[in-house]
Amino acid sequence: MRSKMALYCLRGAVRSNYIRRNYGVCGVQLFNLYSTAAHTLRVNQQIKEKRKRALLGGGESRIDAQHKKGKLTARERIHLLCDPGSFVEYDMLVEHTCSDFGMEKQKYPGDSVITGHGLINGRIAYMFSQDFTVFGGSLSSIHAKKICKVMDQAMLVGAPVIGLNDSGGARIQEGVESLAGYADIFLRNVLSSGVIPQISLIMGPCAGGAVYSPAMTDFTFMVEDTSYLFITGPDVVKSVTNENVTQEELGGAKTHTTTSGVAHKAFHNDVDALLQLRNFLGFLPLSNKDPAPIRICDDPWDRDVPTLDTIIPQETTEAYDMLEVVVNVVDERDFFEIMPNYAKNIIIGFGRMNGRTVGIVGNQPKCAAGCLDINSSVKGARFVRFCDAFNIPIITFVDVPGFLPGTGQEHNGIIRHGAKLLYAFAEATVPKITVITRKGYGGAYDVMSSKHLRGDVNYAWPTAEVAVMGAKGATSILFKGKPDVSKYEAEYVEKFGNPFPAAVRGVYFKIGIELLFITTVSS
Amino acid sequence: MANIAAGKGAFRALETIFKDQVYNVSYGIYRSISVSSLYLSSFRNDPFNPNESRFDKILVANRGEIACRVIRTAKEMGIKTVAVYSIADNNARHVRMADEAVCIGPAATKDSYLNIDHIMLAVTKTGSQAVHPGYGFLSENAVFVEKLEAAGISFIGPSVEAINGMGDKLESKRLAQAAGVNTIPGFDGIVNDADHCVQIAREISYPVMIKASAGGGGKGMRIARNDDDARDGFRLASQEAASSFGDDRILVEKFIDKPRHIEIQVLGDKHGNAVYLNERECSIQRRNQKVIEEAPSVFLNEGTRKAMGEQAVSLCKRLGYYSAGTVEFLVDSEQKFYFLEMNTRLQVEHPVTEYITGVDLVHQMIRIAKGHPLLLTQKDIPIKGWAIESRVYSEDPYKNFGLPSIGRLYKYIEPLHVPNVRCDSGIDEGSEISIYYDPMICKLVCYGNTRNDAINTSLEALDSYVIRGVTHNIPLLRDILTETNFIEGNISTNYLSEVYPDGFKGRQLNSTDKQHILAIAACVFSKMDMRSYTFLNERPSTAKRKEPAEWTLVISLFDEELQCDVKKVGNKFHVHMKTDTLSVEDHINLSSPLIQTNINGKPIVMQLVSKDASGKLQIVYQGTTFTIFVLSDKASKFLKMMPEKPTVDVSKVVLSPMPGMVKSVSCEVGDTMAEGQEVCIIEAMKMQNSLVAGASGKVKAVHVKAGDTVGEDDVLIEFE
Repeated sequence: MRSKMALYCLRGAVRSNYIRRNYGVCGVQLFNLYSTAAHTLRVNQQIKEKRKRALLGGGESRIDAQHKKGKLTARERIHLLCDPGSFVEYDMLVEHTCSDFGMEKQKYPGDSVITGHGLINGRIAYMFSQDFTVFGGSLSSIHAKKICKVMDQAMLVGAPVIGLNDSGGARIQEGVESLAGYADIFLRNVLSSGVIPQISLIMGPCAGGAVYSPAMTDFTFMVEDTSYLFITGPDVVKSVTNENVTQEELGGAKTHTTTSGVAHKAFHNDVDALLQLRNFLGFLPLSNKDPAPIRICDDPWDRDVPTLDTIIPQETTEAYDMLEVVVNVVDERDFFEIMPNYAKNIIIGFGRMNGRTVGIVGNQPKCAAGCLDINSSVKGARFVRFCDAFNIPIITFVDVPGFLPGTGQEHNGIIRHGAKLLYAFAEATVPKITVITRKGYGGAYDVMSSKHLRGDVNYAWPTAEVAVMGAKGATSILFKGKPDVSKYEAEYVEKFGNPFPAAVRGVYFKIGIELLFITTVSS
Repeated sequence: MANIAAGKGAFRALETIFKDQVYNVSYGIYRSISVSSLYLSSFRNDPFNPNESRFDKILVANRGEIACRVIRTAKEMGIKTVAVYSIADNNARHVRMADEAVCIGPAATKDSYLNIDHIMLAVTKTGSQAVHPGYGFLSENAVFVEKLEAAGISFIGPSVEAINGMGDKLESKRLAQAAGVNTIPGFDGIVNDADHCVQIAREISYPVMIKASAGGGGKGMRIARNDDDARDGFRLASQEAASSFGDDRILVEKFIDKPRHIEIQVLGDKHGNAVYLNERECSIQRRNQKVIEEAPSVFLNEGTRKAMGEQAVSLCKRLGYYSAGTVEFLVDSEQKFYFLEMNTRLQVEHPVTEYITGVDLVHQMIRIAKGHPLLLTQKDIPIKGWAIESRVYSEDPYKNFGLPSIGRLYKYIEPLHVPNVRCDSGIDEGSEISIYYDPMICKLVCYGNTRNDAINTSLEALDSYVIRGVTHNIPLLRDILTETNFIEGNISTNYLSEVYPDGFKGRQLNSTDKQHILAIAACVFSKMDMRSYTFLNERPSTAKRKEPAEWTLVISLFDEELQCDVKKVGNKFHVHMKTDTLSVEDHINLSSPLIQTNINGKPIVMQLVSKDASGKLQIVYQGTTFTIFVLSDKASKFLKMMPEKPTVDVSKVVLSPMPGMVKSVSCEVGDTMAEGQEVCIIEAMKMQNSLVAGASGKVKAVHVKAGDTVGEDDVLIEFE
């Protein structure tokens, strides 16, 4: 941006010299010419001033207030997000069009959002950053148009869109124009879905209709303590339902990353969030036409991992941490976990293998025995669909005792939610590798990227056991009323408590962990 | 050296000691190894008769490093080995090393490694002819030895009489005195009551030590400096003795201030021969557990060494002692020495003696148990070079010089590439350090011609020793080895509390060291930044942009902040800090746990433990892990605007993560739990979930008991 300004100045200077040299002899002409030159200079001056004002957003006092809240300004955020000097701003001088309620007297160049494109680790991304210092970041029709413009550009080029949300909501003074603006953005969110990665980083309030844009993007991240997402704020909640609730409890980062599952991850502060976002972008392809990125890799692809031999406990009912398996398998233990605190019985996230991004899905025996329930199914399904859309190979680690039984689950529709995960795995056409580390029981075995759902390569570890259900349950049905059920139970364990039944049916590529490290999956 | 398989290197140095034609030919099972330690290559001092009879099969009734150690020598002798293991150890190294392995029970030691019946069963089932007990567990258990002997199995250790005689403090002191061994002046009998205690104390003269006759490990010990102390001490010591050992007999002896703990290794055979293999100095201890041992001792002169050795041998002869044993002495500042006790087993720190004498103690123990005479005479036993053993434990040295820590070693690389290093260890990468067993990871034994050589070898080895997944005590070990008092040999059993009066606080870096670690941090950051630009399959249009080659960084270590300019020039990073410019060669591999590069041409070794996108780096330098934050100058500027977060303490309670049934509770009110230690198990969906303490602390309340049903987020256990 600075270089562009320099270019303007340079051009102006060349032009005045040219005028002086060629027309300096004639007095009358000189006067006229100088008057147009003066005009040009004046315009230049005006541009400079407007730019200066645009750079200041809502003014110094509002910037100070923003800083006092522990938040960076919209420009500072972009400055940190992009590679140095790479941000190119759009529509810096655009102003809102509202003339009611005295709004015509309050205009800020650029209005309440900063838009443009820039480079993140050398790769292009489109972005908008809402400016809370201008009308509380509220969304005017112009604000929406600016956002729509970058979204359209991003679709054209095939590059991710990053939204840095910090907005009080609709520009009430504009009425329906503001609402129309939201809808324009929503439509683009939907049309871009699965075409370019869309990421929302909530860095301040985001309330009312505004929340649906982040909800429709692929990933929603939040900043702890300073960001909120809710349909209606605590005051409205109080007046309607008489509930007393704080902003933080209603829609803070903790609520959305642990209870509601609306947000995918929370970061400590603005700086942490933006640095992590830069890192996160490195896992994603620019669009659905690009392959999963392969970053240069220092970790040997054929590295032996003896630790994998000892993670699965001897006792088949004993819990272990599937995350240990995951971090030991991916490059440099670098695993970007998505939704680490929500539906913890399933692990999802991105890692790299031999430099290439892979999506990891794993049951987590440490939490609720790694069973599938409504939340974990929905969490897993969305992730699998994202990977499928963006050419990211999926590696699934299976240790699932089944779907969680109970009225709570059945009444809330475990059937239709569980179906989402089944559908997602079955539908996915990216390379799929599955490793059964221990249990693969019942329908949940089928769901977890089984061979039968077009799994490309399915491995079983020596600890694997695939069966319709646990031995006790199975024998109590098979041998109901018989006196020595425990004998049959032992027989069932003998028969199914190992990888052989499935192995002899040719379900697996190979038993044993040594082949796990074939990381060069073709795409 | 290059063709030594890394995994087999643990005993490399020892093998070099034994690399001897006679030995090779006679046992005929020797691996071909090239020899790196030149002065050891021709040095072996382990005579035996190639035609003498041998056991066919021995069982090793132990686990961990000592089981591996014994199996190794047995294999070299051509003896078949049987390992025993608990369920928790089923994949352990000693199990894999042995020819046969027998599972002897669940993880808890009382059900497995201490279960005499199970071990006896294993012995008979496998047809083992002898049992080596290692140290700890059943190594000094006379009942076990009696049972073995009754079954006609040889015990690779001393006789029942010797174990019994030396097992009791009073009895052993009496026997030692009878053998002409200097003992600590004290009352040779049972103290009746507090008044009696005071009277004796006055006779001996203060300060005195009041201790339990059956005691050990610091329990039931009290120091008294006056009559009042003596009275209290007697009362407290007898109470503790009664509750800890079920035996309230108390004895009183002279207390020796600033003593050194020096012990004499002895070997005796069943034919009445005995020799001493010089001393080991084990003064550096914490809570009566040894941390660093060395042989020989810097302190002893030839006369004292000889006197101590001869007294030890005289005790052996008096006892008719056979096998390996250790006579422990306290030595005061005037080289006066006093008998402390005799350990009738192979000691943990035996490798330092093996290094300086060339004798394989396990080999001799096995020969002796078979009834062969010692072929060593006293004049055959030299002191050659210097050996230092550092005990690497899985424990947190910042807490009371070491509180146990548990976890899985996800990365583990022993520094065997350093010449003259022996690692006696029973674990591998992926092993779990559990609460069931001793948290020792490895005995790192380093050798040199001189003490300084041995220290330098130790430093080099510790610097490149990669241990990830548990907290370990290398920071403390590394610091002791460079501490002035240690280097000067000015040590006593009070060493740690005197040198670190406020506890160990980590390595204190001088300004050059600080510069080095900051420079490396800056280079790691720059390297990461460069790599994040390097994609192999990007669209050509975006791949045009080149990775950065210059950085302005702000680095913070502790509370200090420093601006730093980095420039990549060719294969070097130029790091400019304050007024200095350091040139760091780019040998940094972000995937490797070790950073071995040159700063201004001088080699440097650090370890990269972790790195993340927020600029947090953990780097090990000189043993200690330092947390360093590296940020670009703009990120750093912005970070200063961010408010400090109040730290939320979630470690004081343990919540149920889900609805389920309490399967077991493994702590009680008042227990001290280590961070990560299991407090209870919740069962749900027939799966057990082990809940652990979030931080070390004392249990304040336990709200559940086994069998209770709990809901999600119920408070189960509270900490103080």
